[in-house]
Amino acid sequence: MFVALLLVWLAINLVKEPEDFFNVALIGFTTGSVYALVALGYTLVYGILQLINFAHGDVFALSGLVASTFIVTIFGLDENSAALTILGGLLVTFICAAAFGAIVNSTIEFVAYRRLRNAPRLAVLITAVGMSFIVQNISLAIYGVNFRSVPPLIPGSDVFTINGVHYGWDSLFVVLVTAPVLVLLSWLVKSTRQGKAMRATSQDPEAAAIMGIDVNRTISFTFVLAGGLAGIGAVLYLVEFNIRYDTGFQLGLIAFTAAVLGGIGNLTGAVLGAILIGLIQAFNEGLSWAAPGSDWTRSIVFGILIAILVFRPEGLLGERTPEGA
Amino acid sequence: MGPRGRQAREYARGQRGRLADRAKLNRVGAEWRRIPPRFRGWVPLLVLVSLGLTYPFYVSSLPSNVPLILTFPGLHSSVTILVFVVMAVGLNIVVGYAGLLDLGYVAFYAIGAYTAGWLASGQFQQVNVHFGSIGLAPSARGIHINMWLVLLIAALLTAIGGILIGLPTLRLRGDYLAIVTLGFGEIIPQFVRNADAEGFGGFDLTHGTFGISPIDSLGFGATLHDSVGLPESYSQSFNADRLFFWTVLIILLITVFCSMRLRDSRLGRAWIAIREDETAAGAMGIPLMRTKTWSYAIGAFFGGMAGAYVATFNQGAFPSQFDFNISVFLLCMVILGGMGSLWGVVVAGTILAWLNVEGLANIGTWLNNNTPLDIEVPKYEFGIYGVIIVLMMLFRPTGLIPERRRKREIEEGTRGTLDEPLYEMRMANEPGAGERGSPGRQPRG
Repeated sequence: MFVALLLVWLAINLVKEPEDFFNVALIGFTTGSVYALVALGYTLVYGILQLINFAHGDVFALSGLVASTFIVTIFGLDENSAALTILGGLLVTFICAAAFGAIVNSTIEFVAYRRLRNAPRLAVLITAVGMSFIVQNISLAIYGVNFRSVPPLIPGSDVFTINGVHYGWDSLFVVLVTAPVLVLLSWLVKSTRQGKAMRATSQDPEAAAIMGIDVNRTISFTFVLAGGLAGIGAVLYLVEFNIRYDTGFQLGLIAFTAAVLGGIGNLTGAVLGAILIGLIQAFNEGLSWAAPGSDWTRSIVFGILIAILVFRPEGLLGERTPEGA
Repeated sequence: MGPRGRQAREYARGQRGRLADRAKLNRVGAEWRRIPPRFRGWVPLLVLVSLGLTYPFYVSSLPSNVPLILTFPGLHSSVTILVFVVMAVGLNIVVGYAGLLDLGYVAFYAIGAYTAGWLASGQFQQVNVHFGSIGLAPSARGIHINMWLVLLIAALLTAIGGILIGLPTLRLRGDYLAIVTLGFGEIIPQFVRNADAEGFGGFDLTHGTFGISPIDSLGFGATLHDSVGLPESYSQSFNADRLFFWTVLIILLITVFCSMRLRDSRLGRAWIAIREDETAAGAMGIPLMRTKTWSYAIGAFFGGMAGAYVATFNQGAFPSQFDFNISVFLLCMVILGGMGSLWGVVVAGTILAWLNVEGLANIGTWLNNNTPLDIEVPKYEFGIYGVIIVLMMLFRPTGLIPERRRKREIEEGTRGTLDEPLYEMRMANEPGAGERGSPGRQPRG
């Protein structure tokens, strides 16, 4: 019923303003790709610890702020730099931001969550909320309350234009970075020994421990991976938008919704959910006919979150577990 | 007097022999014994309450240049502090008693405040409804219902809101519940921010970012003023802060009383059973959904009342008051005091709310004046709360004043430390469990 109404609304918009529709859809796809990187961090950690890592979004924001230091202060890149310099600088920034995110995220795990391994799950969850505020305030202490942004490094000129539908280099850049990262992640989880250990631990940590898997190390590795993804996502976000200390909280919640939408713990699901959320957000903010507008984006995203959790807690791609959700 | 009091007395009896000044102590003890036993437990409470009730009379003569905290909170700040404590006690019912992590308590606060705004202000110019309104011309447009009634109506409506939020969500597992409540805690403030004439189909429901103002004041009206001498209208009174202070203190006492009686009731025991083991509680025949929904409704009741009270005290309801931060702030009070520990929450709530209202600013000023430091302490308020939350969870999960049951419950789980093997293949009730750190320690539980 609801889905049908939604489709009707989309169809009417498509007929009325086809150009807008596709432009907005492309924007949504780009935003969704960035969300995917963050959503994967939530889903990875949830898969292995059944913990909503509230601090993840703030790790994202802090990595983004650090990346802005790299780009603006250390490398001094701006739109007039040579293309090769920009690409090289961005590459180094990506690596540094990913490493930074990984270190922060695994430090959080080591300092806080690891000691609470046997505590009630509620205790860990509350700790995660506390950690989120701590990381947020570290960002606040270092970078202050102002938004940080970088000059438009990737030109917005079109890759192609079909009947007024534009696709810019900056959008393509996001996809060009995200896609290989996702492939790499998928390979890492599916085909390596460490990935196998991760999957085993997420299925049954005790059995995994009996099989000789170092559970603590595997969990740390998962946090490293999640933090690295957040770092990469943060650089992409920074190139497109601007970041300040509390950006991560909102974005983290959106990304978490994406992870839940796709089925939490499911990697493909997280990417799918993120792209859907990106599209929903873009349609809501960009379409002209009867769209609620950006004032309502958060309400819509959380409405989706609540609806999914209530009606289909396993998400779009998740499996229904015996104990439910 | 509860068992804890008995323990404390036994301890005191044991210590007494060692003290030198025995005779003096005995004299005090004799005085103490003159109080009938069943009233003794009330003494500290009565002392505190009378100190509280008389606070308006001696607050101005308290020293004003205390190291570190500078001043004691004035009356105006105290009202805000006590309202926060009321909310913390309400949240304690949900989080502490029933063990349901609610990260969106601010939604109840908002519903309460806006109900007051709708029922006791000139927000709806289209109508002219008066019912026992105080200090207003009968021709004043809008809905003006007596504020005392509004407090109750707001609380009841919020309780219904709590039920509506709870019914679909309480089936969810703990962490999902947390995130859903967080979702509501974000949606409702955004709704009140957006639901003005522009965003809400031409009907100005909440007056957008400007909020609803002015909201009517509490008061007893002209008849009671002339016959009994009760204040006619708080805001027009010379001592408005005093009146608001006493009223909120009474509301707090009622809240604490209800919370205490609820905890020991059949419902309260059912909550605690669910908190400890939901499956077992369900197997014992406790209706899970109904019991959990009740905790939500009652927690929401107090949140709504507090919201309405803040609205009438500030004479307005503004969307900027209802941040996610408030939810975490209240949660921090509950955690610091000890989840489920009523007195702990009251104490921690008072301290943290004071920090929030003026304490941090005062401490910051003192630090900057008296030490080489130069930090804007209030800026990092929520970082400080984050640190409190994490430290409490890591090192004292039972809170400052632990509730006994809760303490046992949590200690069952947290014996492992960093260097020990992660997963112990023994059940908690098997011999040998829990002896990793200290051999010979008996498993509890």
